[in-house]
Amino acid sequence: MTSTVMSRSRTVRVLVGLGAVALVTSMIGTVRRRPARWTPEELALLGSLSIRTLEPLGDDPSNRFATDPRAASLGRQLFFDARLSGNGKVSCATCHIAAQDFQDGKPLADGIGRTARRTMPIAGTAHSPWLFWDGRADSQWAQALGPLESGVEHGGSRTQYAHVVAEQYRAEYEAVFGALPDLTGLPRRAGPVSDTTWRAAWHRMEVGRRDNISRVYANIGKAIAAFERRIEPGASRVDRYVDAELADGRHTPETSLTSDEEAGLRLFVGRARCVTCHNGPLLTDDHFHNTGVPLPRVELPPDSGRAAGGRKAVAGEFNCTSPYSDAKPEDCQELRFAVTEGPELVCAYKTPSLRNVAGRAPYMHAGQLASLSDVVAHYAAAPAAPFGRSELKPIRLSPNEQRQLVAFLQALTGPLVAPATYLEIPALRR
Amino acid sequence: MHLLQASLHPRRSTVRTSSLIAVALMAVTACSHFRSAPSPDIATVKVSAHQLYRASVRPGVVPIPVRRLQSWTLHIDTVDGRPIDVATITMNGGMPQHGHGLPTAPRVTRAVGTGDYLVQGVKFNMGGWWVVRFAIASSAGTDTVTFNLSL
Repeated sequence: MTSTVMSRSRTVRVLVGLGAVALVTSMIGTVRRRPARWTPEELALLGSLSIRTLEPLGDDPSNRFATDPRAASLGRQLFFDARLSGNGKVSCATCHIAAQDFQDGKPLADGIGRTARRTMPIAGTAHSPWLFWDGRADSQWAQALGPLESGVEHGGSRTQYAHVVAEQYRAEYEAVFGALPDLTGLPRRAGPVSDTTWRAAWHRMEVGRRDNISRVYANIGKAIAAFERRIEPGASRVDRYVDAELADGRHTPETSLTSDEEAGLRLFVGRARCVTCHNGPLLTDDHFHNTGVPLPRVELPPDSGRAAGGRKAVAGEFNCTSPYSDAKPEDCQELRFAVTEGPELVCAYKTPSLRNVAGRAPYMHAGQLASLSDVVAHYAAAPAAPFGRSELKPIRLSPNEQRQLVAFLQALTGPLVAPATYLEIPALRR
Repeated sequence: MHLLQASLHPRRSTVRTSSLIAVALMAVTACSHFRSAPSPDIATVKVSAHQLYRASVRPGVVPIPVRRLQSWTLHIDTVDGRPIDVATITMNGGMPQHGHGLPTAPRVTRAVGTGDYLVQGVKFNMGGWWVVRFAIASSAGTDTVTFNLSL
Protein backbone atom coordinates (compact mmCIF):
# COMPACT_ATOMS: atom_id res chain seq x y z
CA MET A 1 0.00 0.00 0.00
CA THR A 2 2.70 2.45 1.06
CA SER A 3 4.89 1.57 -1.90
CA THR A 4 1.91 2.12 -4.22
CA VAL A 5 1.36 5.58 -2.77
CA MET A 6 5.09 6.41 -3.13
CA SER A 7 5.06 5.13 -6.68
CA ARG A 8 2.07 7.34 -7.50
CA SER A 9 3.75 10.31 -5.89
CA ARG A 10 6.89 9.74 -8.02
CA THR A 11 4.76 9.43 -11.13
CA VAL A 12 3.04 12.69 -10.32
CA ARG A 13 6.42 14.43 -9.83
CA VAL A 14 7.67 13.09 -13.16
CA LEU A 15 4.51 14.24 -14.95
CA VAL A 16 4.70 17.69 -13.36
CA GLY A 17 8.35 17.92 -14.43
CA LEU A 18 7.58 16.91 -17.99
CA GLY A 19 4.72 19.39 -18.11
CA ALA A 20 6.97 22.20 -16.90
CA VAL A 21 9.62 21.34 -19.50
CA ALA A 22 6.98 21.35 -22.23
CA LEU A 23 5.66 24.70 -21.02
CA VAL A 24 9.10 26.33 -20.95
CA THR A 25 9.98 24.88 -24.36
CA SER A 26 6.84 26.32 -25.85
CA MET A 27 7.47 29.72 -24.28
CA ILE A 28 11.08 30.17 -25.46
CA GLY A 29 10.28 29.36 -29.09
CA THR A 30 9.85 32.25 -31.52
CA VAL A 31 6.57 30.71 -32.60
CA ARG A 32 3.85 30.33 -30.06
CA ARG A 33 1.29 27.60 -30.16
CA ARG A 34 -2.17 29.06 -29.95
CA PRO A 35 -4.88 27.23 -28.13
CA ALA A 36 -7.20 25.47 -30.56
CA ARG A 37 -10.11 27.83 -30.95
CA TRP A 38 -11.79 26.45 -34.04
CA THR A 39 -13.86 23.31 -33.94
CA PRO A 40 -12.98 20.53 -36.39
CA GLU A 41 -16.08 21.46 -38.42
CA GLU A 42 -15.05 25.11 -38.52
CA LEU A 43 -11.51 24.19 -39.51
CA ALA A 44 -12.84 22.08 -42.37
CA LEU A 45 -14.95 25.03 -43.51
CA LEU A 46 -11.99 27.41 -43.23
CA GLY A 47 -9.87 24.97 -45.23
CA SER A 48 -12.43 25.01 -48.03
CA LEU A 49 -11.86 28.78 -48.37
CA SER A 50 -8.09 28.55 -48.74
CA ILE A 51 -6.71 29.46 -52.15
CA ARG A 52 -4.64 26.28 -51.82
CA THR A 53 -7.81 24.28 -52.55
CA LEU A 54 -8.46 26.03 -55.87
CA GLU A 55 -8.31 23.27 -58.44
CA PRO A 56 -5.91 23.86 -61.33
CA LEU A 57 -7.68 24.95 -64.48
CA GLY A 58 -8.32 22.11 -66.85
CA ASP A 59 -8.72 22.49 -70.57
CA ASP A 60 -11.60 24.59 -71.84
CA PRO A 61 -13.39 22.26 -74.27
CA SER A 62 -15.04 25.26 -75.94
CA ASN A 63 -11.65 26.90 -76.62
CA ARG A 64 -8.99 24.51 -77.84
CA PHE A 65 -6.50 27.39 -77.93
CA ALA A 66 -6.99 28.24 -74.25
CA THR A 67 -3.66 26.78 -73.15
CA ASP A 68 -1.67 27.78 -76.24
CA PRO A 69 0.97 30.34 -75.14
CA ARG A 70 0.99 31.86 -78.64
CA ALA A 71 -2.73 32.50 -78.33
CA ALA A 72 -2.16 34.03 -74.88
CA SER A 73 0.55 36.27 -76.26
CA LEU A 74 -1.71 37.47 -79.08
CA GLY A 75 -4.57 37.85 -76.58
CA ARG A 76 -2.41 40.07 -74.40
CA GLN A 77 -1.71 42.35 -77.36
CA LEU A 78 -5.39 42.49 -78.29
CA PHE A 79 -6.44 43.12 -74.68
CA PHE A 80 -4.42 46.34 -74.57
CA ASP A 81 -5.05 47.48 -78.16
CA ALA A 82 -7.42 50.45 -78.45
CA ARG A 83 -7.67 49.95 -82.22
CA LEU A 84 -10.26 47.36 -81.27
CA SER A 85 -12.84 50.07 -80.74
CA GLY A 86 -15.09 52.36 -82.71
CA ASN A 87 -13.12 55.51 -81.88
CA GLY A 88 -9.63 54.02 -81.49
CA LYS A 89 -9.50 55.03 -77.84
CA VAL A 90 -11.00 52.10 -75.91
CA SER A 91 -9.30 48.80 -75.16
CA CYS A 92 -10.24 46.05 -72.71
CA ALA A 93 -7.62 47.62 -70.43
CA THR A 94 -9.49 50.94 -70.39
CA CYS A 95 -11.87 49.49 -67.81
CA HIS A 96 -9.88 46.41 -66.76
CA ILE A 97 -6.84 48.28 -65.46
CA ALA A 98 -4.04 45.84 -64.69
CA ALA A 99 -2.62 47.86 -61.80
CA GLN A 100 -6.07 48.02 -60.18
CA ASP A 101 -6.97 44.33 -60.09
CA PHE A 102 -8.22 44.66 -63.68
CA GLN A 103 -11.11 46.96 -62.75
CA ASP A 104 -11.61 50.73 -62.85
CA GLY A 105 -12.92 51.84 -59.46
CA LYS A 106 -15.98 53.50 -61.02
CA PRO A 107 -19.66 52.82 -60.22
CA LEU A 108 -20.38 52.44 -63.95
CA ALA A 109 -17.80 51.67 -66.60
CA ASP A 110 -16.91 54.30 -69.19
CA GLY A 111 -16.17 53.07 -72.70
CA ILE A 112 -17.26 55.01 -75.74
CA GLY A 113 -20.26 55.87 -73.62
CA ARG A 114 -21.31 55.12 -70.05
CA THR A 115 -22.39 51.56 -69.41
CA ALA A 116 -25.08 50.35 -67.02
CA ARG A 117 -22.83 48.07 -65.00
CA ARG A 118 -19.81 48.04 -62.69
CA THR A 119 -16.59 46.67 -64.27
CA MET A 120 -15.83 43.21 -62.91
CA PRO A 121 -12.29 42.03 -62.14
CA ILE A 122 -10.70 39.29 -64.24
CA ALA A 123 -8.48 37.20 -61.94
CA GLY A 124 -9.83 33.70 -61.46
CA THR A 125 -12.84 34.14 -63.75
CA ALA A 126 -11.74 31.21 -65.91
CA HIS A 127 -13.03 29.00 -63.08
CA SER A 128 -16.51 30.42 -63.34
CA PRO A 129 -19.26 28.81 -65.42
CA TRP A 130 -20.94 32.19 -65.97
CA LEU A 131 -19.46 35.56 -66.84
CA PHE A 132 -20.91 39.08 -66.46
CA TRP A 133 -23.06 40.20 -63.52
CA ASP A 134 -26.04 38.45 -65.13
CA GLY A 135 -24.07 35.45 -66.41
CA ARG A 136 -25.05 36.04 -70.02
CA ALA A 137 -21.80 34.48 -71.26
CA ASP A 138 -20.70 30.95 -70.45
CA SER A 139 -16.96 31.33 -71.06
CA GLN A 140 -14.23 33.92 -70.87
CA TRP A 141 -13.98 34.05 -74.66
CA ALA A 142 -17.71 34.59 -75.13
CA GLN A 143 -17.55 37.30 -72.46
CA ALA A 144 -14.71 39.12 -74.20
CA LEU A 145 -16.77 39.44 -77.39
CA GLY A 146 -19.70 41.20 -75.72
CA PRO A 147 -18.09 44.57 -74.93
CA LEU A 148 -16.28 44.69 -78.29
CA GLU A 149 -19.57 45.14 -80.14
CA SER A 150 -21.45 47.02 -77.42
CA GLY A 151 -22.34 50.53 -78.56
CA VAL A 152 -21.32 52.03 -75.18
CA GLU A 153 -18.16 49.98 -74.57
CA HIS A 154 -15.73 49.43 -77.48
CA GLY A 155 -18.35 50.53 -79.98
CA GLY A 156 -16.82 48.76 -82.97
CA SER A 157 -17.87 45.96 -85.27
CA ARG A 158 -16.51 42.58 -86.23
CA THR A 159 -15.43 43.42 -89.80
CA GLN A 160 -13.39 46.31 -88.38
CA TYR A 161 -11.74 43.95 -85.92
CA ALA A 162 -11.00 41.41 -88.68
CA HIS A 163 -9.26 44.21 -90.59
CA VAL A 164 -7.21 45.15 -87.48
CA VAL A 165 -6.10 41.55 -87.04
CA ALA A 166 -5.21 41.21 -90.73
CA GLU A 167 -3.26 44.48 -90.76
CA GLN A 168 -1.57 44.28 -87.35
CA TYR A 169 -1.46 40.67 -86.20
CA ARG A 170 -1.70 38.48 -89.31
CA ALA A 171 1.38 36.33 -88.59
CA GLU A 172 0.54 35.79 -84.91
CA TYR A 173 -3.08 35.04 -85.71
CA GLU A 174 -2.35 32.62 -88.54
CA ALA A 175 0.27 30.78 -86.47
CA VAL A 176 -2.45 29.85 -84.01
CA PHE A 177 -5.74 29.81 -85.89
CA GLY A 178 -4.72 29.18 -89.51
CA ALA A 179 -5.20 31.38 -92.55
CA LEU A 180 -7.36 34.45 -92.32
CA PRO A 181 -10.19 34.61 -94.87
CA ASP A 182 -9.85 36.89 -97.86
CA LEU A 183 -10.91 40.35 -96.70
CA THR A 184 -10.91 41.94 -100.17
CA GLY A 185 -13.88 44.26 -100.49
CA LEU A 186 -14.98 43.60 -96.91
CA PRO A 187 -16.75 46.64 -95.41
CA ARG A 188 -14.58 48.44 -92.87
CA ARG A 189 -17.54 48.61 -90.49
CA ALA A 190 -20.17 45.90 -90.39
CA GLY A 191 -21.63 43.67 -87.73
CA PRO A 192 -24.82 42.72 -85.88
CA VAL A 193 -24.58 45.85 -83.74
CA SER A 194 -26.87 48.67 -82.66
CA ASP A 195 -25.49 51.08 -85.31
CA THR A 196 -28.05 50.71 -88.08
CA THR A 197 -25.66 51.52 -90.95
CA TRP A 198 -23.12 48.89 -89.86
CA ARG A 199 -25.91 46.45 -89.17
CA ALA A 200 -27.34 46.92 -92.66
CA ALA A 201 -23.87 46.46 -94.17
CA TRP A 202 -23.54 43.20 -92.24
CA HIS A 203 -26.82 41.86 -93.55
CA ARG A 204 -25.83 42.72 -97.13
CA MET A 205 -22.87 40.36 -96.82
CA GLU A 206 -23.22 36.76 -97.95
CA VAL A 207 -23.99 34.26 -95.21
CA GLY A 208 -20.74 32.35 -95.80
CA ARG A 209 -18.66 35.50 -95.55
CA ARG A 210 -20.45 36.57 -92.40
CA ASP A 211 -19.63 33.17 -90.94
CA ASN A 212 -15.94 33.50 -91.85
CA ILE A 213 -15.74 36.92 -90.18
CA SER A 214 -17.62 35.69 -87.12
CA ARG A 215 -15.06 32.91 -86.84
CA VAL A 216 -12.22 35.47 -86.83
CA TYR A 217 -14.18 37.42 -84.24
CA ALA A 218 -14.62 34.30 -82.08
CA ASN A 219 -10.88 33.64 -82.34
CA ILE A 220 -10.17 37.17 -81.08
CA GLY A 221 -12.19 36.22 -77.99
CA LYS A 222 -10.39 32.90 -77.65
CA ALA A 223 -6.99 34.62 -77.77
CA ILE A 224 -8.05 37.16 -75.15
CA ALA A 225 -9.36 34.31 -72.97
CA ALA A 226 -6.04 32.45 -73.32
CA PHE A 227 -4.40 35.57 -71.87
CA GLU A 228 -7.00 36.20 -69.15
CA ARG A 229 -7.14 32.64 -67.86
CA ARG A 230 -3.53 32.85 -66.73
CA ILE A 231 -4.35 35.69 -64.31
CA GLU A 232 -5.20 34.10 -60.97
CA PRO A 233 -5.61 35.40 -57.43
CA GLY A 234 -2.73 34.73 -55.05
CA ALA A 235 -2.64 33.99 -51.34
CA SER A 236 -3.89 36.61 -48.89
CA ARG A 237 -3.15 36.88 -45.17
CA VAL A 238 -6.37 35.00 -44.54
CA ASP A 239 -5.09 32.05 -46.60
CA ARG A 240 -1.82 32.01 -44.69
CA TYR A 241 -3.72 32.14 -41.39
CA VAL A 242 -6.04 29.31 -42.39
CA ASP A 243 -3.20 27.16 -43.69
CA ALA A 244 -1.30 27.64 -40.42
CA GLU A 245 -4.40 26.81 -38.37
CA LEU A 246 -4.86 23.63 -40.38
CA ALA A 247 -1.19 22.67 -40.12
CA ASP A 248 -0.54 22.91 -36.38
CA GLY A 249 -2.01 26.16 -35.11
CA ARG A 250 1.43 27.76 -34.91
CA HIS A 251 1.60 31.27 -36.31
CA THR A 252 4.33 33.63 -37.42
CA PRO A 253 3.69 37.34 -37.94
CA GLU A 254 3.07 36.47 -41.62
CA THR A 255 0.30 34.03 -40.82
CA SER A 256 -1.38 36.01 -38.06
CA LEU A 257 -4.61 37.93 -38.18
CA THR A 258 -5.40 40.74 -35.78
CA SER A 259 -8.02 40.01 -33.16
CA ASP A 260 -10.54 42.08 -35.16
CA GLU A 261 -9.77 40.22 -38.39
CA GLU A 262 -10.05 36.88 -36.63
CA ALA A 263 -13.33 37.91 -35.04
CA GLY A 264 -14.51 39.02 -38.48
CA LEU A 265 -13.61 35.63 -39.92
CA ARG A 266 -15.58 33.94 -37.14
CA LEU A 267 -18.60 36.09 -38.00
CA PHE A 268 -18.09 35.47 -41.72
CA VAL A 269 -18.31 31.69 -41.36
CA GLY A 270 -20.73 31.84 -38.44
CA ARG A 271 -23.51 34.15 -37.38
CA ALA A 272 -23.25 36.63 -40.27
CA ARG A 273 -23.67 33.72 -42.72
CA CYS A 274 -21.56 35.40 -45.43
CA VAL A 275 -20.02 32.03 -46.28
CA THR A 276 -23.40 30.78 -47.45
CA CYS A 277 -22.86 32.43 -50.83
CA HIS A 278 -19.22 33.49 -50.56
CA ASN A 279 -17.92 29.94 -50.36
CA GLY A 280 -15.04 27.94 -51.83
CA PRO A 281 -11.52 29.18 -52.55
CA LEU A 282 -12.74 32.06 -54.71
CA LEU A 283 -15.35 33.04 -52.10
CA THR A 284 -18.21 32.81 -54.56
CA ASP A 285 -20.85 30.17 -55.21
CA ASP A 286 -20.78 31.09 -58.94
CA HIS A 287 -24.50 31.68 -58.75
CA PHE A 288 -27.00 34.55 -58.83
CA HIS A 289 -28.90 36.13 -55.95
CA ASN A 290 -31.28 39.01 -55.40
CA THR A 291 -29.84 40.69 -52.32
CA GLY A 292 -32.07 43.76 -52.45
CA VAL A 293 -29.36 46.21 -53.44
CA PRO A 294 -30.71 49.75 -53.83
CA LEU A 295 -31.45 51.26 -57.21
CA PRO A 296 -28.55 53.12 -58.83
CA ARG A 297 -28.50 56.87 -58.20
CA VAL A 298 -28.65 57.54 -61.92
CA GLU A 299 -31.46 56.37 -64.16
CA LEU A 300 -30.49 53.26 -66.09
CA PRO A 301 -32.36 51.05 -68.55
CA PRO A 302 -34.52 48.31 -66.98
CA ASP A 303 -32.27 45.52 -65.75
CA SER A 304 -33.71 42.17 -64.73
CA GLY A 305 -30.35 40.56 -63.95
CA ARG A 306 -30.17 36.79 -64.31
CA ALA A 307 -33.78 36.61 -65.58
CA ALA A 308 -32.53 38.03 -68.88
CA GLY A 309 -28.93 36.83 -68.53
CA GLY A 310 -29.85 33.15 -68.37
CA ARG A 311 -31.90 33.35 -71.55
CA LYS A 312 -29.15 35.31 -73.32
CA ALA A 313 -26.55 32.70 -72.34
CA VAL A 314 -28.65 29.86 -73.74
CA ALA A 315 -29.28 31.78 -76.97
CA GLY A 316 -25.73 33.15 -77.13
CA GLU A 317 -24.17 33.39 -80.57
CA PHE A 318 -20.82 32.31 -79.11
CA ASN A 319 -21.91 29.95 -76.35
CA CYS A 320 -20.55 26.47 -75.68
CA THR A 321 -22.96 24.79 -78.10
CA SER A 322 -22.51 27.34 -80.88
CA PRO A 323 -20.78 26.55 -84.20
CA TYR A 324 -17.86 28.71 -83.05
CA SER A 325 -17.24 26.60 -79.96
CA ASP A 326 -14.77 23.70 -80.02
CA ALA A 327 -16.82 21.72 -77.51
CA LYS A 328 -18.92 18.65 -78.10
CA PRO A 329 -22.52 19.08 -76.92
CA GLU A 330 -21.87 16.79 -73.94
CA ASP A 331 -19.13 19.19 -72.77
CA CYS A 332 -21.68 21.95 -72.29
CA GLN A 333 -23.37 20.69 -69.15
CA GLU A 334 -23.72 24.05 -67.37
CA LEU A 335 -25.56 25.45 -70.35
CA ARG A 336 -27.62 22.30 -70.84
CA PHE A 337 -28.92 22.35 -67.27
CA ALA A 338 -29.11 26.12 -66.74
CA VAL A 339 -32.15 27.55 -64.97
CA THR A 340 -33.70 30.15 -67.26
CA GLU A 341 -37.12 30.70 -65.69
CA GLY A 342 -38.37 31.52 -62.22
CA PRO A 343 -39.07 34.45 -59.92
CA GLU A 344 -35.78 34.06 -58.04
CA LEU A 345 -33.85 35.07 -61.18
CA VAL A 346 -35.46 38.53 -61.21
CA CYS A 347 -32.81 41.10 -60.38
CA ALA A 348 -30.46 38.35 -59.25
CA TYR A 349 -26.80 39.08 -59.87
CA LYS A 350 -23.67 37.02 -59.68
CA THR A 351 -21.99 36.53 -56.32
CA PRO A 352 -18.63 38.25 -56.83
CA SER A 353 -15.41 36.77 -55.52
CA LEU A 354 -14.26 38.56 -52.38
CA ARG A 355 -10.58 38.20 -53.18
CA ASN A 356 -9.03 41.69 -53.24
CA VAL A 357 -12.44 43.13 -52.46
CA ALA A 358 -11.03 45.94 -50.31
CA GLY A 359 -9.40 47.56 -53.36
CA ARG A 360 -12.56 47.43 -55.43
CA ALA A 361 -14.95 50.08 -54.16
CA PRO A 362 -17.65 50.94 -55.07
CA TYR A 363 -19.64 47.73 -54.77
CA MET A 364 -22.56 45.87 -56.34
CA HIS A 365 -23.52 45.53 -60.00
CA ALA A 366 -23.95 49.25 -60.57
CA GLY A 367 -21.61 50.51 -57.85
CA GLN A 368 -24.54 51.37 -55.60
CA LEU A 369 -22.65 51.01 -52.30
CA ALA A 370 -19.59 53.20 -51.74
CA SER A 371 -17.66 51.26 -49.11
CA LEU A 372 -17.29 47.87 -47.46
CA SER A 373 -18.89 49.37 -44.34
CA ASP A 374 -21.93 50.22 -46.46
CA VAL A 375 -22.00 46.69 -47.85
CA VAL A 376 -21.86 45.04 -44.42
CA ALA A 377 -24.53 47.44 -43.11
CA HIS A 378 -26.71 46.55 -46.12
CA TYR A 379 -26.46 42.82 -45.44
CA ALA A 380 -27.17 43.36 -41.72
CA ALA A 381 -30.28 45.44 -42.45
CA ALA A 382 -31.50 43.29 -45.37
CA PRO A 383 -33.88 45.85 -46.91
CA ALA A 384 -36.66 44.78 -49.26
CA ALA A 385 -35.61 44.55 -52.89
CA PRO A 386 -36.70 47.37 -55.24
CA PHE A 387 -37.63 44.64 -57.74
CA GLY A 388 -38.09 40.91 -57.20
CA ARG A 389 -37.59 39.39 -53.77
CA SER A 390 -34.44 39.66 -51.69
CA GLU A 391 -33.04 36.42 -50.32
CA LEU A 392 -31.57 38.24 -47.32
CA LYS A 393 -32.84 38.10 -43.77
CA PRO A 394 -31.76 40.72 -41.22
CA ILE A 395 -28.76 39.81 -39.08
CA ARG A 396 -28.16 41.45 -35.72
CA LEU A 397 -24.61 42.80 -35.97
CA SER A 398 -23.30 45.45 -33.59
CA PRO A 399 -21.28 48.36 -35.01
CA ASN A 400 -18.17 46.66 -33.60
CA GLU A 401 -19.02 43.36 -35.29
CA GLN A 402 -19.61 45.16 -38.58
CA ARG A 403 -16.21 46.79 -38.18
CA GLN A 404 -14.66 43.37 -37.52
CA LEU A 405 -16.22 41.97 -40.69
CA VAL A 406 -14.77 44.84 -42.69
CA ALA A 407 -11.35 44.20 -41.10
CA PHE A 408 -11.58 40.57 -42.18
CA LEU A 409 -12.57 41.50 -45.73
CA GLN A 410 -9.58 43.81 -45.92
CA ALA A 411 -7.32 40.87 -45.00
CA LEU A 412 -8.44 39.07 -48.18
CA THR A 413 -6.10 41.27 -50.20
CA GLY A 414 -3.40 39.38 -52.07
CA PRO A 415 -1.26 39.63 -55.19
CA LEU A 416 -2.31 38.51 -58.63
CA VAL A 417 -0.49 35.45 -59.92
CA ALA A 418 0.38 35.75 -63.60
CA PRO A 419 3.41 35.61 -65.87
CA ALA A 420 5.52 38.67 -65.07
CA THR A 421 4.76 40.60 -68.25
CA TYR A 422 1.00 40.05 -68.08
CA LEU A 423 0.45 42.92 -65.69
CA GLU A 424 2.39 45.36 -67.88
CA ILE A 425 1.09 47.23 -70.89
CA PRO A 426 2.76 45.77 -74.01
CA ALA A 427 4.38 47.95 -76.63
CA LEU A 428 1.86 48.22 -79.45
CA ARG A 429 2.86 47.67 -83.02
CA ARG A 430 2.25 50.81 -85.13
CA MET B 1 -5.65 28.49 -19.00
CA HIS B 2 -7.84 26.11 -17.05
CA LEU B 3 -6.69 23.23 -19.21
CA LEU B 4 -3.03 24.16 -18.69
CA GLN B 5 -3.47 24.21 -14.90
CA ALA B 6 -5.17 20.85 -15.08
CA SER B 7 -2.22 19.34 -16.90
CA LEU B 8 0.13 20.53 -14.15
CA HIS B 9 -2.14 19.20 -11.42
CA PRO B 10 -2.89 15.67 -12.43
CA ARG B 11 -5.87 15.26 -10.15
CA ARG B 12 -8.18 13.14 -12.14
CA SER B 13 -11.37 14.91 -11.11
CA THR B 14 -10.03 18.32 -12.26
CA VAL B 15 -8.84 16.89 -15.56
CA ARG B 16 -12.13 15.17 -16.12
CA THR B 17 -14.17 18.27 -15.27
CA SER B 18 -12.07 20.49 -17.53
CA SER B 19 -12.26 18.00 -20.37
CA LEU B 20 -16.01 17.74 -20.04
CA ILE B 21 -16.37 21.52 -20.05
CA ALA B 22 -14.13 21.75 -23.13
CA VAL B 23 -16.10 19.08 -24.98
CA ALA B 24 -19.38 20.71 -24.00
CA LEU B 25 -18.14 24.12 -25.18
CA MET B 26 -16.97 22.65 -28.49
CA ALA B 27 -20.35 21.01 -28.97
CA VAL B 28 -22.20 24.26 -28.25
CA THR B 29 -19.93 26.20 -30.62
CA ALA B 30 -20.31 23.61 -33.35
CA CYS B 31 -24.09 23.66 -33.02
CA SER B 32 -24.34 27.43 -33.10
CA HIS B 33 -22.21 27.75 -36.25
CA PHE B 34 -23.33 24.73 -38.20
CA ARG B 35 -27.03 24.54 -37.75
CA SER B 36 -28.28 22.71 -40.80
CA ALA B 37 -31.19 20.37 -41.39
CA PRO B 38 -33.81 20.56 -38.65
CA SER B 39 -34.98 17.20 -39.91
CA PRO B 40 -32.56 14.42 -39.09
CA ASP B 41 -34.02 12.30 -41.86
CA ILE B 42 -31.22 12.21 -44.41
CA ALA B 43 -31.90 8.65 -45.49
CA THR B 44 -31.04 7.87 -49.09
CA VAL B 45 -33.78 5.24 -49.33
CA LYS B 46 -37.30 6.61 -48.97
CA VAL B 47 -40.89 5.53 -49.47
CA SER B 48 -42.94 7.93 -51.61
CA ALA B 49 -45.61 10.18 -50.08
CA HIS B 50 -48.51 7.86 -50.96
CA GLN B 51 -46.44 4.73 -50.49
CA LEU B 52 -46.50 3.70 -54.15
CA TYR B 53 -42.73 3.55 -54.55
CA ARG B 54 -39.55 2.88 -52.68
CA ALA B 55 -36.82 5.07 -54.13
CA SER B 56 -33.15 5.52 -53.45
CA VAL B 57 -30.55 7.99 -54.65
CA ARG B 58 -26.88 7.33 -55.29
CA PRO B 59 -24.81 10.51 -55.81
CA GLY B 60 -22.04 10.12 -58.36
CA VAL B 61 -19.49 11.64 -55.97
CA VAL B 62 -19.42 11.15 -52.20
CA PRO B 63 -19.21 13.28 -50.16
CA ILE B 64 -21.50 15.36 -52.32
CA PRO B 65 -19.42 18.28 -53.60
CA VAL B 66 -20.54 21.91 -53.56
CA ARG B 67 -20.40 24.06 -56.74
CA ARG B 68 -19.76 21.09 -59.02
CA LEU B 69 -22.12 19.55 -61.57
CA GLN B 70 -22.72 15.91 -60.85
CA SER B 71 -24.79 12.96 -61.97
CA TRP B 72 -26.88 10.82 -59.66
CA THR B 73 -28.55 7.45 -60.02
CA LEU B 74 -32.17 7.24 -58.92
CA HIS B 75 -33.52 3.77 -58.28
CA ILE B 76 -37.26 3.11 -58.15
CA ASP B 77 -39.07 -0.02 -56.97
CA THR B 78 -42.65 -0.63 -56.08
CA VAL B 79 -43.02 -0.91 -52.31
CA ASP B 80 -43.01 -4.70 -52.68
CA GLY B 81 -39.64 -4.56 -54.42
CA ARG B 82 -40.37 -4.78 -58.18
CA PRO B 83 -38.14 -2.42 -60.22
CA ILE B 84 -39.94 0.27 -62.21
CA ASP B 85 -38.34 0.46 -65.65
CA VAL B 86 -40.74 2.77 -67.43
CA ALA B 87 -41.59 6.02 -65.69
CA THR B 88 -41.81 9.74 -66.30
CA ILE B 89 -39.76 11.50 -63.66
CA THR B 90 -39.18 15.16 -62.90
CA MET B 91 -36.91 16.60 -60.25
CA ASN B 92 -36.95 19.83 -58.28
CA GLY B 93 -35.76 21.01 -54.91
CA GLY B 94 -34.12 23.81 -53.02
CA MET B 95 -33.24 25.15 -49.60
CA PRO B 96 -36.33 25.50 -47.39
CA GLN B 97 -34.54 27.80 -44.93
CA HIS B 98 -33.43 30.15 -47.70
CA GLY B 99 -36.52 30.01 -49.87
CA HIS B 100 -34.68 29.32 -53.11
CA GLY B 101 -34.59 26.42 -55.53
CA LEU B 102 -31.79 24.42 -57.05
CA PRO B 103 -29.15 26.41 -58.96
CA THR B 104 -29.54 24.14 -61.98
CA ALA B 105 -32.42 22.34 -63.68
CA PRO B 106 -31.43 18.68 -63.30
CA ARG B 107 -33.23 16.08 -65.36
CA VAL B 108 -33.62 12.35 -65.58
CA THR B 109 -31.96 11.84 -68.94
CA ARG B 110 -32.35 8.10 -69.41
CA ALA B 111 -33.50 4.86 -67.91
CA VAL B 112 -30.51 2.63 -67.29
CA GLY B 113 -32.55 -0.51 -66.58
CA THR B 114 -33.60 -2.61 -63.55
CA GLY B 115 -35.21 0.43 -61.96
CA ASP B 116 -32.19 2.73 -62.32
CA TYR B 117 -32.39 6.21 -63.89
CA LEU B 118 -29.56 8.61 -64.70
CA VAL B 119 -30.09 12.09 -63.25
CA GLN B 120 -27.82 14.73 -64.79
CA GLY B 121 -27.21 18.38 -64.05
CA VAL B 122 -27.36 18.11 -60.25
CA LYS B 123 -25.59 20.93 -58.45
CA PHE B 124 -25.59 22.53 -55.01
CA ASN B 125 -24.03 25.94 -54.70
CA MET B 126 -23.77 26.18 -50.92
CA GLY B 127 -23.64 24.12 -47.77
CA GLY B 128 -26.70 23.59 -45.55
CA TRP B 129 -30.02 21.79 -45.68
CA TRP B 130 -31.21 20.90 -49.17
CA VAL B 131 -34.35 19.07 -50.27
CA VAL B 132 -34.68 17.22 -53.58
CA ARG B 133 -37.99 15.87 -54.81
CA PHE B 134 -38.80 13.44 -57.58
CA ALA B 135 -42.28 13.28 -59.09
CA ILE B 136 -42.75 9.78 -60.47
CA ALA B 137 -45.48 8.70 -62.88
CA SER B 138 -45.69 5.08 -64.03
CA SER B 139 -48.32 2.40 -64.53
CA ALA B 140 -48.23 1.99 -60.74
CA GLY B 141 -49.50 5.59 -60.32
CA THR B 142 -48.24 9.08 -59.63
CA ASP B 143 -46.39 9.93 -56.45
CA THR B 144 -43.53 12.05 -55.09
CA VAL B 145 -40.54 11.14 -53.02
CA THR B 146 -38.46 13.62 -51.07
CA PHE B 147 -34.86 13.40 -49.87
CA ASN B 148 -33.08 15.66 -47.39
CA LEU B 149 -29.39 16.44 -47.73
CA SER B 150 -27.14 18.14 -45.25
CA LEU B 151 -24.08 19.50 -47.04
